[in-house]
Amino acid sequence: MNILIKNGRLLDPATGLDRHGDVAIAAGRIVSLGQAPAGFQADQQIDASGLIVAPGLVDLAARMREPGQEHEGMLESELEAAAAGGVTSLVCPPDTDPPLDEPGLVDMLKFRARNLSRCRLFPLGALTRGLAGAVLTEMAELTESGCVGFSQADVALADTLVLMRALQYAATFGYTVWLRPQDAWLGNGVAASGAVATRLGLSGVPVAAETIALQSIFELMRITGARVHLCRLSSAAGVQLVRQAKAEGLPLSCDISINSLYFIDLDIGYFNAAMRLTPPLRQQRDRDALSAGLADGTIDALVSDHTPVDSDAKTLPFAEAEPGATGLELLLSLALKWGESSGAGMARALARVTCDPVRVLAPALGALGDSAGRLVPGGVADVCVFNPTAAWRVQPQALRSQGKHTPFGGWELPGRVHCTVVAGHIAYEASRPPAS
Amino acid sequence: MTMSRNPQLNAHGELIHLLSIEGLPRAVIHQILDTAGTFLSVSEREVKKVPLLRGKSVFNLFFENSTRTRTTFEIAAKRLSADVINLDIARSSTAKGESLLDTIANLSAMHADMFVVRHGESGAPYLIAQHVAPHVHVVNAGDGRHAHPTQGLLDMYTIRHYKRDFTQLSVAIVGDIVHSRVARSDIHALTILGVPDIRAVGPKTLVPGDLREMGVRVCHDMTEGVKDADVIIMLRLQNERMSGAMLPSAGEYFKNYGLTAQKLALARSDAIVMHPGPINRGVEIDSAVADGKQSVILPQVSFGIAVRMAVMSTIAGNDT
Amino acid sequence: MTPLLLDAEALYAQLREGLRPMLRADSAIVGIWSGGAWLAERLQRDLGLPGPHGVISSTLHRDDFGERGLVAKADPTHLPFSVEGRPIVLVDDVLYTGRTIRAVINELFDFGRPASVALAVLVDRGGRELPIEAAYAAARISLPPTQRLSLAHDASGHFVFDIENKTA
Repeated sequence: MNILIKNGRLLDPATGLDRHGDVAIAAGRIVSLGQAPAGFQADQQIDASGLIVAPGLVDLAARMREPGQEHEGMLESELEAAAAGGVTSLVCPPDTDPPLDEPGLVDMLKFRARNLSRCRLFPLGALTRGLAGAVLTEMAELTESGCVGFSQADVALADTLVLMRALQYAATFGYTVWLRPQDAWLGNGVAASGAVATRLGLSGVPVAAETIALQSIFELMRITGARVHLCRLSSAAGVQLVRQAKAEGLPLSCDISINSLYFIDLDIGYFNAAMRLTPPLRQQRDRDALSAGLADGTIDALVSDHTPVDSDAKTLPFAEAEPGATGLELLLSLALKWGESSGAGMARALARVTCDPVRVLAPALGALGDSAGRLVPGGVADVCVFNPTAAWRVQPQALRSQGKHTPFGGWELPGRVHCTVVAGHIAYEASRPPAS
Repeated sequence: MTMSRNPQLNAHGELIHLLSIEGLPRAVIHQILDTAGTFLSVSEREVKKVPLLRGKSVFNLFFENSTRTRTTFEIAAKRLSADVINLDIARSSTAKGESLLDTIANLSAMHADMFVVRHGESGAPYLIAQHVAPHVHVVNAGDGRHAHPTQGLLDMYTIRHYKRDFTQLSVAIVGDIVHSRVARSDIHALTILGVPDIRAVGPKTLVPGDLREMGVRVCHDMTEGVKDADVIIMLRLQNERMSGAMLPSAGEYFKNYGLTAQKLALARSDAIVMHPGPINRGVEIDSAVADGKQSVILPQVSFGIAVRMAVMSTIAGNDT
Repeated sequence: MTPLLLDAEALYAQLREGLRPMLRADSAIVGIWSGGAWLAERLQRDLGLPGPHGVISSTLHRDDFGERGLVAKADPTHLPFSVEGRPIVLVDDVLYTGRTIRAVINELFDFGRPASVALAVLVDRGGRELPIEAAYAAARISLPPTQRLSLAHDASGHFVFDIENKTA
């Protein structure tokens, strides 16, 4: 299918591209940026006047709830949500049911996703069998099936000997290990330690849960030489430790979720379960440090941490409610809003959801990594066309995801996706109603 | 549904649920205490009943067992002429997997007018208040570690009865404060009523520095904590805390933080000793002190019935 | 007689004299809070009656609890004598619908079984909604429902009448 995106503002933070023009797409690749080649016949034309044409978003954390947890989100609805959010590639954690610790499960997931043609899906394999923290998985086999890294998701791995062996093994093959820096015991509370948790009588998670875990991970990295991606930082102290570790030269990257970038513990209000999240929302200074870290590049990527949760699991007393929030359809808008309010600017904000996440994934992407998250002639046609100023109101029931619970309910956000192209197919177009 | 307005108050600022003492205006607290005074005199009459809640059904929903508290609520509701139904949830449908809100919906279909709820999780009564039918009122009889507002109010009634002026007092709260909903409610109430000096006394594992954020003075040395106090509130040390990672033993706890006659002597000579009950004799308080002339532990119980009558009649009279 | 010409002190004097023949050896005067309570206090003194007078509140037995909630400020009932078998004289400043008297009688009976209950008021303004009458009223007048009449004190402690136009 030949597609011509006409007259948009071409914006690619990776190359500094920022000029008006057309994008011609054929056979899943970008043919030209600027002027379509002579004689180019488009099967479909997209009028991008007044709109921005950017690389498709790359979300490093989005749960699809397949296999196993279908009542909470099926691949169809969640990938549709991704496309509606301008996301063209996403990484899903292995905490499905069963966990992604067998190549067959990964094959099936990738197969299903490919057939839906909405968004590229890159699964993380389980680091240990069943995520139980005892026996290593067949990382080479899983990589062959398509895993881009290995992770314990939110399941703490307390046994440092097992963790060290896992890192050593991954380092043998150059695989990246994705770890949540959260101590197995200190991390068991339901809200961040502090005045709010104390006042509300909620069990706390001290900052030490994150800093102790980070220090342990860094030591093990020094011993094993493993490459690590740290998932969902939450504290100012954590950001500072990462800054120092990067300065030291340790091969690491990290991300934060949209929730931690915007909310603090006070927002729990009267035990609002939409704020029941992991990592828990911390205090004002932590939020400021996360924003500064995202701006100066200490934090590589902004992720949606998309986690569809059933209403039954959310309408419970705070501590019993399942943590998590929907987010795929909000990532672009929240990145743009942050870019504006922090002064970091749109290009940098877009970088944190396009080329920078690709840098994190690069060792595992192969050739795809040369052009994913960027607009490159001859490269993959993963494009997001959006209106940067058009505002929309977050109405949870109108979201395409089956996860309707979000702390951003009722918010007015900037940035409407007009059209999303994945591998040269139109995965989403604003005029089309959502598939039933 | 977002709760931006204090869910305890209706659009006119009147109390429709009692979920926590936080955020209650001082005038509302004094109103409840004054009303409690009226009900105290009712308890001394020949006919101990008034018809204020006649025809209303009060459901005691106790997800956590407590015969004491449930009994005082039952007596209070009956003295207001309400019909009382006691539900021991632990042993019923919820144990079979019925969700909290389904339980509430089923009970509402039986025309409950008021739920008195005790639950093991902080915040549960807020969830319930969000989901009950418009004319139904909710009283929090204790949620997790968060709040026990009727206990806080009856403690304030007790202090007002013996000390009159809150603005000149030093109040020491001693014990497992970090896990105590009674302590939190007391601290909020004392603060709202203008008590200038509130001390939280106990070992660091039970009284963390975090508590300063609630406006109290943290003391890890009991002699410092009770010095010149006008009121000493002793908290119950729960069995599960007594040995393990928080405290080594009841004996060591009593030695350092138990209230003995000697330690009481450091407080003001007219200081009163309070305890929400039930008392662990020899663990947090010496028998002689618990039964001594400065102890007001028994009067607290009778004040408790009057305060609960005041709470229930106040909220029942306001439109949600 | 129009309300503006109501002389509270003069009416009080009439009430005092009108009450005398109603009293028996063991009668007790009970004033209905608040205006009736002030009257009862003075009557007890001026009539030279032994012992203390009683004060009674209608708060706990009112029939408008569902609409108005608990009325905020009312001194509780205080009856420092036994009600059992005694003739009780209730005293109030203004008798209007009769609902307060009904509530007060219910309150009284929570304390015991009086031998009899009689009512004496300063002003009967008509407008009864229940079958209740005063054995003695110092004045009978008519007022529109939009006006509220009650007893008050002036700076020197003398009784005066307060007339308020109700907004709601």
